[in-house]
Amino acid sequence: MKLTLHVWRQNGPDEEGRLETYDAPAVSPDQSFLEMLDDINEVLVTEGKDTIAFDHDCREGICGMCSQVIDGVPHGGMDRTTVCQLHMRVFNDGDEVFIEPWKAKAFPIVKDLVVDRGALDTIIQAGGYTSCHTGGVADGNALPIGNPTAEYAMDAAECIGCGACVASCPNSSAMLFTGAKVAQLAVLPQGEVEAKRRVNMMLEAGKELGLGNCTNHYECQASCPKGVDVKFIAKLNREYIKALL
Amino acid sequence: MILDGKCPSGPIETSWDRARFENKLVNPSNKRKYKILCVGTGLAGGAAAASLGELGYSVHAFCYQDSARRAHSIAAQGGINAAKNYPNDGDSIYRLFYDTVKGGDFRAREADVWRLAQVSNNIIDQCVAQGVPFARDYAGYLDNRSFGGAQVSRTFYARGQTGQQLLLGAYSALSRQIKAGTVKLFPRREMLDLVVVDGEAKGITVRNLCNGEIESHWGDAVIIASGGYVNVFYLSTNAMGCSVTAQWRAAKKGAYFANPCFTQIHPTCIPQHGEHQSKLTLMSESLRNDGRCWVPKKAENCEKPAGEIAEDDRDYYLERKYPSFGNLAPRDIASRAAKEQCDDERGVGPGKRGVYLDFEDSINRLGEGTIAGRYGNLFEMYEKITDENGYKQPMRIYPAPHYAMGGLWVDYNCMSNIPGLFVLGEANFSVHGANRLGASALMQGLADGYFVIPYTIAGYLAQTKPGAVTTDAPEFKESAESVKGEMDKLLSINGTKSPSALHRKLGSLMWENVGMARSEESLKDALAKIPAIRDEFWSDLKVVGSGEVFNNQLEQAWRLADFLEFAEVLCHDALNREESCGGHFRTEHQTDDGEAMRDDENFCYAAAWEFKGAGNTPELHKEPLKFENVKLAVRSYK
Repeated sequence: MKLTLHVWRQNGPDEEGRLETYDAPAVSPDQSFLEMLDDINEVLVTEGKDTIAFDHDCREGICGMCSQVIDGVPHGGMDRTTVCQLHMRVFNDGDEVFIEPWKAKAFPIVKDLVVDRGALDTIIQAGGYTSCHTGGVADGNALPIGNPTAEYAMDAAECIGCGACVASCPNSSAMLFTGAKVAQLAVLPQGEVEAKRRVNMMLEAGKELGLGNCTNHYECQASCPKGVDVKFIAKLNREYIKALL
Repeated sequence: MILDGKCPSGPIETSWDRARFENKLVNPSNKRKYKILCVGTGLAGGAAAASLGELGYSVHAFCYQDSARRAHSIAAQGGINAAKNYPNDGDSIYRLFYDTVKGGDFRAREADVWRLAQVSNNIIDQCVAQGVPFARDYAGYLDNRSFGGAQVSRTFYARGQTGQQLLLGAYSALSRQIKAGTVKLFPRREMLDLVVVDGEAKGITVRNLCNGEIESHWGDAVIIASGGYVNVFYLSTNAMGCSVTAQWRAAKKGAYFANPCFTQIHPTCIPQHGEHQSKLTLMSESLRNDGRCWVPKKAENCEKPAGEIAEDDRDYYLERKYPSFGNLAPRDIASRAAKEQCDDERGVGPGKRGVYLDFEDSINRLGEGTIAGRYGNLFEMYEKITDENGYKQPMRIYPAPHYAMGGLWVDYNCMSNIPGLFVLGEANFSVHGANRLGASALMQGLADGYFVIPYTIAGYLAQTKPGAVTTDAPEFKESAESVKGEMDKLLSINGTKSPSALHRKLGSLMWENVGMARSEESLKDALAKIPAIRDEFWSDLKVVGSGEVFNNQLEQAWRLADFLEFAEVLCHDALNREESCGGHFRTEHQTDDGEAMRDDENFCYAAAWEFKGAGNTPELHKEPLKFENVKLAVRSYK
């Protein structure tokens, strides 16, 4: 099939950006979206033109590196799918496709579709861990954790840290990202000990980074490639209130 | 030269305990004076950086990704082994040790494998303490499943995302140290040189991938934990950025590369579908717990839909050939068996390079819900890529390059032949021999990072003066200039071929000639053709963009330049090893029914290669392997 692409090009963080148009004349339905962009870049190389920069790595939907807004929706709007797992069979011949980077003040653009998501690391560094030292911990079975609790923690831990939640939120809020980590650790006995301190530190870090607060748009859940549930934002709020008391 | 692995002598059961005691210690108040550089933040690197930071060392950690949470360890699906024996099914440290030595086809170092098995239990405890949400039963206890090459259930898992959860555990420990100030993280950096001063590793030269700056970093010791090199085949299950570069740069500075021909081809991957494919996707080996591999008995049935092929016309070839292990035969054996069926023209799907993995019996026995509970995310992924529903029709799978058992040579302390250079995880060679068993890579990465390097690095540091060499040493300037020179050279060739076109060319040559089956003829052919591709690279490469900004093309070209030198060493190793063992199958050395024939009399050694310049034959150094606990025997899974 044949597509027309409008791609955000920006040379560096302080440069002006603009949409540029490219033809994709021979797209196979079995290709992934990134393989389609690879083909465009191959043509640009033969023309001696600068290629489109985009982040990608595992190409199997787990590393969280790929990050593109496709037709206004982070990761392209296919349910529970990262850009690298989005296959071209969902497009139609003749489609015009708009490709932009994550847009959030906390994620400055590095080049074209590549952004700096260091803000998410800063939130984890603020408290997204249990403060256990290597060695000297109890046997793995010492504290039984019921299956439903383990499953709840795992649902939260599905997050791949891609930042789509921030990119889709009108407030650029990272509360789904933060809530998922807070909830995962708060329900486990190993993490409960530090729950109060953790939620305060992580929320404070988000505030300092210029990330907004949740006002219940639920865009984050809709764009999350792993289907992380907004119930973890509710849990985050409960943990925050518990920490205040 | 005969290499000494410096293994502790005496009874193996106490070898690691004795080695730990005999190792020197660094005084707690002196630790912060030592700076350690750690390249790679996967399971091995991330765990090492975090644990060394906790001990009080000053650690600088580097990764090419934008965050320490993205290394390719994250993609491991199935699980992590440990000898906990929670299911009461006969497991023990000794059995895990035995299975791993046998699974590696007797080409691993016994003492290293023992240590791995011994600390495996600590890993599970550590991960639980970090909040890793392992699968648990309704009583709240940890659940296990079985994996290829073992007859006990010793694999711990977190849905189909065990690697992700373990990496996030290590990443969280690392994040805690970054916050504490003991670890400084340098993301989006590519290591492009090892700086060696007076014969010892004292620093690295890296490129900042965002602004192109070439940076010098000094350290009292350098750790390389940069993963494996199977992207030398271009199409593999590795991430796009995985490369041999960090390892190879060390090799070019004199570090020996051991057993590069031991590459693992994973049996359960989604078959290739087209010319422009960029990678192959793995489906966890755990699927073989409930899926049965088969192909049609008759070639004329291969075009028919699977459902129209009668039970009697199906060949469950793994169950037929290996009745005691069946579909859970180890990876090398399962991969070769799949290839045999396809070579026999009984493959299925496009190009007939595929076999069925069928869940019908399990679904009938356990219900679709149970199967979905175990592997739901894998079925989903399969459908996204192939547009086929694995519950309704059998999946199609085919082997793909997945893991490198070979790597930089290290002694028992994980130190290479260059003093001060330590190598961890997939990047070293020591524990998997010629074939890695499923769920052992995660175990090794975390064992090396959490429980081995914190002890062994002290033995080296205790005898060096902290901060004695810094970036003021002339070697750093020389290194930075040579890296800059290389970058200018790559950017100025101005030919016509893109890096990926040339990588694809190298990859297809390597896959055809040095893939699942190798012969003297195919290896000599590859050795004749690689220099031509290398010449084409240096004369007709086109890298667009500049060196001063983010440039994917330049990164890819640079990594390919190293693969083009490394590939030759891999071929030399495969040519030298005149035997079949594990993932290395020489067609000249097989039994009448196609099983691998090992030659213990002549090849019971680790082959460590010293690079002598591109196009020159590398020099072979041997480390003889002794098997004092597990008797050398023909490895049978029948």
